Amino acid sequence: MNSQTFAKITMRVYLALFLAYMLLPLAIMGGAGLNNTRFPSVYPWVGITDRWFIDLWNDQRMWGSVRNTTWVALAVVFISVPIGTAAAILLNSVKPKVRSFLYGFMVAPILTPGAVIGISTLLFWNSFGVSAGLYLSVLGQVSFVAAYVMLLVLARLQSFDPGLEEAALDLGASHGQVIRRILVPHLYPAIGAGAIIAFFQSVENFNVTLFTRGNSDTLTVYVGSKIRSGITPTINALALLLIVVTIICAFTYEVLRRRAEKRAAALVAAED
Amino acid sequence: MQELIRRYGISLSVIMAAMTAFWLLALVVIPNLVLFKFSFRLYLPVDQLGGPNDVYTLKNYFTFFNSPIHINVFFLTILYSSMVTIICLIITYPLAYILAKVLKPTDTATFFLVLLIPLWVSEILRSFAWFIILSMQGPLNAILTGIGLIDKPIRWISGFQSVVIGLVYAYILFMLFPIYNAIQALDTNQIEASQDLGASTWRTHWRVIIPHAKPGIASGCVMVFMLCAGSVVVPTTLASTNSRWFTEIIQQWMFEGLDWNVGSAYAFLLLALCILFVSLVMRVLNVRLVDIAK
Repeated sequence: MNSQTFAKITMRVYLALFLAYMLLPLAIMGGAGLNNTRFPSVYPWVGITDRWFIDLWNDQRMWGSVRNTTWVALAVVFISVPIGTAAAILLNSVKPKVRSFLYGFMVAPILTPGAVIGISTLLFWNSFGVSAGLYLSVLGQVSFVAAYVMLLVLARLQSFDPGLEEAALDLGASHGQVIRRILVPHLYPAIGAGAIIAFFQSVENFNVTLFTRGNSDTLTVYVGSKIRSGITPTINALALLLIVVTIICAFTYEVLRRRAEKRAAALVAAED
Repeated sequence: MQELIRRYGISLSVIMAAMTAFWLLALVVIPNLVLFKFSFRLYLPVDQLGGPNDVYTLKNYFTFFNSPIHINVFFLTILYSSMVTIICLIITYPLAYILAKVLKPTDTATFFLVLLIPLWVSEILRSFAWFIILSMQGPLNAILTGIGLIDKPIRWISGFQSVVIGLVYAYILFMLFPIYNAIQALDTNQIEASQDLGASTWRTHWRVIIPHAKPGIASGCVMVFMLCAGSVVVPTTLASTNSRWFTEIIQQWMFEGLDWNVGSAYAFLLLALCILFVSLVMRVLNVRLVDIAK
């Protein structure tokens, strides 16, 4: 065996090990949701059961937290996507000096620990007499989710030809038409991706929510309190369901993205 | 701004500027200023508000500096967060290189598609997964005793080892993606030129690839360190009584002590630590903020 094939094999093994490292823990956690033991585990394997799923189904608190999570996530999407998009457009048409100044403030929430965002949101709104609750969680999450949307839209704006807007204006289009018919259609892929990422960031969020939620539960807070208060495999059953949902969503997202890419490539080819 | 008005008209420009202003002022800047102000005020009963005791003071910060335990936890949090950052960097750099420059692009795309699953599963479940794996009767001990590597089960969840294991697993992808993006943008011809001119593999990495990957490395290090130092979920799931995390002390002040003023002083220390780390990385690796946040 020469050194080149050896290097190739080493690399393949390394990749395979990393994939196993990333996926096996999830498989073990999900698998424990099917095992008929009191403490969640895959070893020893006692037998497949659906009782943890039934327990989960009957848990009213879980359903409440699912409802809350959905509302919060939708609210975050509907607030952060317009804000992030507007901020990116604004950033793209100001002087370089102002631009880097604003940019610093806009990306700061991404580099701020969630606990700090949560506490500062709580204190700020409290000084107006707004007490903790899920609407504060929404505002806290928006502060950093909007930054992700802004970055996605800003990247997409790089490939935008401002000449199109000039042409439309010269041909008598109104300002509203320029945005609606020229700019926004170009930004659709970034806005769509931004909405999906905003939704997932919100569903997954724990740190900001923990400090702002008041007495309400979201799904992650529910899981967190379950882990602390006494572990039963119902959490694993929930984890298994969430992983399945994640797989479906991730693959749908990827298929849509690839299709959009292909369409864009076909469009470019047709133009040539 | 004039450019904006010329293109989109005055009313639309005002709406966009107002939305951006609401975000930056009401959700980002002023809340942090309020946090800062709060950290210099005292926690007082309502009837004393506005009274002679309602003053600006450094007392909340003295609470921290007079507590050896809290200082110790603060530095241990920094130490172990840095350790996790370095471990993630060592594991992902070769990986990012292989994915960007060795593997066929279609294979790389499939690889990343699979990685979307752990990326999109919430971090609380990811640390819970390690709680199961590392538990006394868990699969890891079963395998290790099964193949005869150890005689009796090891208590993995003790000290900081389980926290470090959980943090690496939870945040390693935030290191992989930026480094991959940076290396991927490097022209492969440069690597080949370096090899053709007789540079060894190490030298090619050290002089060509790593300098090019620097913004990605900086971005990954900043993200991983910040997520680790600010992590609430992983320490609460995987820490034991002899390993406490700084965020747990913040939680104590906020929820158990109900002293939000001391809590905000501690939160501000955490924020200051992260700001310091970002500027340190920018200085050492000589990159700009635009390169880090992409």
